[in-house]
Amino acid sequence: MLIGHQPKPFLLAVEGLTVSFDGFKAVNDLSFYVEENEIRVIIGPNGAGKTTVLDLICGKTKATSGSIAFRGKELTKLKENQIVKAGVGRKFQTPSIYDDLTVFENLEISFPRGRTVFGALTFTRDAVVRDRVHEVAEMIFLKDRLDMSAALLSHGQKQWLEIGMLLIQDPDLLMLDEPVAGMSVSERAKTAELLNRIIKDRSVLVIEHDMKFVEDIAHKVTVLHQGQILSEGTMEKVKNDPKVIEVYLGH
Amino acid sequence: MTDNRFTNRSELIGILVLAVFLVVILPLCLDVFRLNLVAKYLTYAFVALGLVICWGYGGILSLGQGVFFGLGGYCMAMFLKLEASSVENTKIQSTPGIPDFMDWNQITSLPLFWQPFHSLTFTIAAVILVPGLFALVIGAAMFKRRVGGTYFAIITQAVAAILTILIVGQQGYTGGINGMTDLRTLKGWDIRPDHAKVVLYFFEVGLLFICILIAQFIRHSKLGRILVAMRDQEDRVRFSGYSVANFKIFAFCVGAIFAAIGGAMFALQVGFMSPSFVGIVPSIEMVIYTAVGGRLSILGAVYGTMLVNFAKTSLSESFPELWLFGLGGLFIAVVLAFPNGLAGIWQDHVQPRIDRLISSRKPKSESGWTDNSVADGAPAE
Repeated sequence: MLIGHQPKPFLLAVEGLTVSFDGFKAVNDLSFYVEENEIRVIIGPNGAGKTTVLDLICGKTKATSGSIAFRGKELTKLKENQIVKAGVGRKFQTPSIYDDLTVFENLEISFPRGRTVFGALTFTRDAVVRDRVHEVAEMIFLKDRLDMSAALLSHGQKQWLEIGMLLIQDPDLLMLDEPVAGMSVSERAKTAELLNRIIKDRSVLVIEHDMKFVEDIAHKVTVLHQGQILSEGTMEKVKNDPKVIEVYLGH
Repeated sequence: MTDNRFTNRSELIGILVLAVFLVVILPLCLDVFRLNLVAKYLTYAFVALGLVICWGYGGILSLGQGVFFGLGGYCMAMFLKLEASSVENTKIQSTPGIPDFMDWNQITSLPLFWQPFHSLTFTIAAVILVPGLFALVIGAAMFKRRVGGTYFAIITQAVAAILTILIVGQQGYTGGINGMTDLRTLKGWDIRPDHAKVVLYFFEVGLLFICILIAQFIRHSKLGRILVAMRDQEDRVRFSGYSVANFKIFAFCVGAIFAAIGGAMFALQVGFMSPSFVGIVPSIEMVIYTAVGGRLSILGAVYGTMLVNFAKTSLSESFPELWLFGLGGLFIAVVLAFPNGLAGIWQDHVQPRIDRLISSRKPKSESGWTDNSVADGAPAE
């Protein structure tokens, strides 16, 4: 039966992805593949199209052409909430949390149950929900802040809270947009530790500028430049790529 | 464990205080004329209550709630008008047995869409369903296309203007600018005498409390928290797996149905319905009631509506031309100085004092009636 080499199934296969904003191609014929349990970091200069790539995967922006296959499912045809249901979670660049709710309520909303209007009306906060919220809160260092209004958290804590909201969603692919931007050195170390703990059993796609942090966590690095891939491979390989040094690392 | 509860103790006290005020104090202190005025004000309180869910919690500002108030009111008025237009009552008309305004407009038979309004059951269903479905259609058309904020508010205004023009223009079918007047009986029971007004008042207060409890239930459900979450971080909710549009449609429909119940009670209580309660101006006034009461406070909406209307009645009795300026000024004052309305003033200034007073006598006790989206609903672990 076996004819030739059987390719390993990718979790995420992006092929020929293009998006054009009034003729400007923010992402141009981009193809890359993410394997199961891989941490992939996307780096690149400002305006390279990094955030746009995440926007395209999670459905915030519609692709002009190309395909995004997640576990064989075509994401470009799905609505945002269906993409979430398929198993893709996304953290935004600036912490997007609900200021008017408590930390507990923030996490609870992300718990994957009762997502329809009727489901939300009849949702009950049972032991399963409570235990899971407590478990995640412990992971994201906010165990004793559960009753606090989320507005009162520090910037770093807000970032953690949003990561926690994604964790409780339990996605197969976690996308993080600059998770350590604006964090103090000690918060950065804690975040790296947190990320290393949560990547078990899932793939992670991270955009980050902090090279030290990238080196700490990345399995593979993709360098974007003007909407296209400039270089791809291990950190070691990318760091020594003359093209990368010229457009990005050299500065 | 007190989380996810239907209502907490201080809210329960607040609801009881309002109940005593409306059921005992007002009927004892006011004559029938004044009580009937309160009943009229309370019909707007339904609208304000709906706006708390739709605008306060959902962040969807509708400047066209008069549309739903009117649709509910007209459904009820159509039933009452048909009953008042029996062949016996209208034998002087050239076509007896149809509403008088149809006769004046040379209509010789009852239009098809009027026919089902002979049935009270159908009418009650229509009071809820017609505005509910209309809100569903508008909501789906707007929110699925991600129209929101100011654009949505402007569109609701346009709808209010269109419906007014339609009602005024189709005089033969709707009674035109005069509306439907001379409503007399409900299933043979005369709604005009004083004792009927009192009965209707108590019935209305009962309905109002049912709506308050429904609003409380929504607020304390996860849906209520999702509405609050959506107000600030719509994208975060969307990318947490929720269809934001459906939640907005729900909030808008709840607001519409509450408004419609108010409108139906208005037709019963006041005995007529006219396009002057449908258009842009009444719709904006309804938003002001909510803003004055505090757009996040379910009970505040009721107090706000009564207060503004009392002011309106007493001011326009003595200085009719000044009232609109007063109303405008009030709105500006609320927006600038008290963004959370009466409920906010209560919460920030009055309640702490009461709390201090009580705690100085017996420690660890709570009181007050305001509700706050931030302070409660928190899990007490």
